[in-house]
Amino acid sequence: MQTQSEIGYNSKIEGDVVITRIDAALAWFQKNSVWPMPMGLACCGIELMAVGASRFDISRFGSEVMRFSPRQSDCMIVAGTVTYKMAGFVKRIYDQMPSPKWVIAMGACASTGGMYRSYAVLQGVDNIIPVDVYVSGCPPRPEAVLDALIKIQNQIGKEPILGKMNLVAKLTGSSKS
Amino acid sequence: MLTLDLANQLKAKFGDFISEPVEFRGEITVKLADAEQIAEVCGFAKAKLGFNYLVDISSLDNYGEDPRWTLVYELRNFANGAELRIKTDVSEEKSELPTVLGVWATANWHEREIYDMMGIRFRGHPDLRRILMWEGYPYFPLRKDFPLAGKPTNVPEVAFTEVSPMEGGPFVTIPSSGDAIGREPRVRNPEE
Repeated sequence: MQTQSEIGYNSKIEGDVVITRIDAALAWFQKNSVWPMPMGLACCGIELMAVGASRFDISRFGSEVMRFSPRQSDCMIVAGTVTYKMAGFVKRIYDQMPSPKWVIAMGACASTGGMYRSYAVLQGVDNIIPVDVYVSGCPPRPEAVLDALIKIQNQIGKEPILGKMNLVAKLTGSSKS
Repeated sequence: MLTLDLANQLKAKFGDFISEPVEFRGEITVKLADAEQIAEVCGFAKAKLGFNYLVDISSLDNYGEDPRWTLVYELRNFANGAELRIKTDVSEEKSELPTVLGVWATANWHEREIYDMMGIRFRGHPDLRRILMWEGYPYFPLRKDFPLAGKPTNVPEVAFTEVSPMEGGPFVTIPSSGDAIGREPRVRNPEE
């Protein structure tokens, strides 16, 4: 009976074994399969469609699975003008997303209210939900959105997923999922 | 002129309630003296004069004057292309007039928008809810005495609003052939 398994030197499975930490493995899975929640609210939503279409092709970064159900998505892309009427629904959809979750504020309106200094528009979606990456532009070029996605991926790669879940739970006051 | 004929037929039917048609740049406008008659006038315009399409209803705030509100109905006759504008005044104390929903179904959302933005009520409208602002918002934001930046409100569990930072705005772009620096949106005082 073999008491010591020398996996690295077993000629049958050599090269097929990677030793890592569970946090790093989870982060690697997570960062290469960020499923966006496309919160398309205005013209940025059109540009977001371009990001998903063949010319820019968000699937090169593992995020082609746009989920219209918040229960199945990791990253909310707030694309467009958030009116006060819509703000409650954006918050509610964010709350329905399971942790860990990230938010991209795409474009000037979602980031700061943009040119809409008016009674009707929320002055930046970070008033209601925590934003990880802000993308400038009106609307941003698709490359800028991909860059934001890469920034999110780098962030996911750096932080322990389990720790992020605890952090989000602490910030939003929800119980650990 | 075709539209003038139709406007005169309207005047012949309703007499003193309808003003003399005024022409400005090829567009004909009549004024209706009594807003309570608007549904009858519009019904006649559709049934007998062929104005089968309501292009728009808009409202004006003549702030500081009496009557405060002016409603503008834009009518179009698809058969011959005639376009007629009917204006009527409503006082601030009343702020109410009959709906024209029975004449054109499309008036539904036009009237809801006017109610939402100006606070003018349409008697007989079956569904007079806000259409752009959230239900429960306490102000009518297109009134002249409402600040562009808004006012703080909060209805728990529904929605909230805050005053938006104007930073000295509103920011105005001027059309010119100047460079981008000269044309860019910025605070511009009227005398400039």
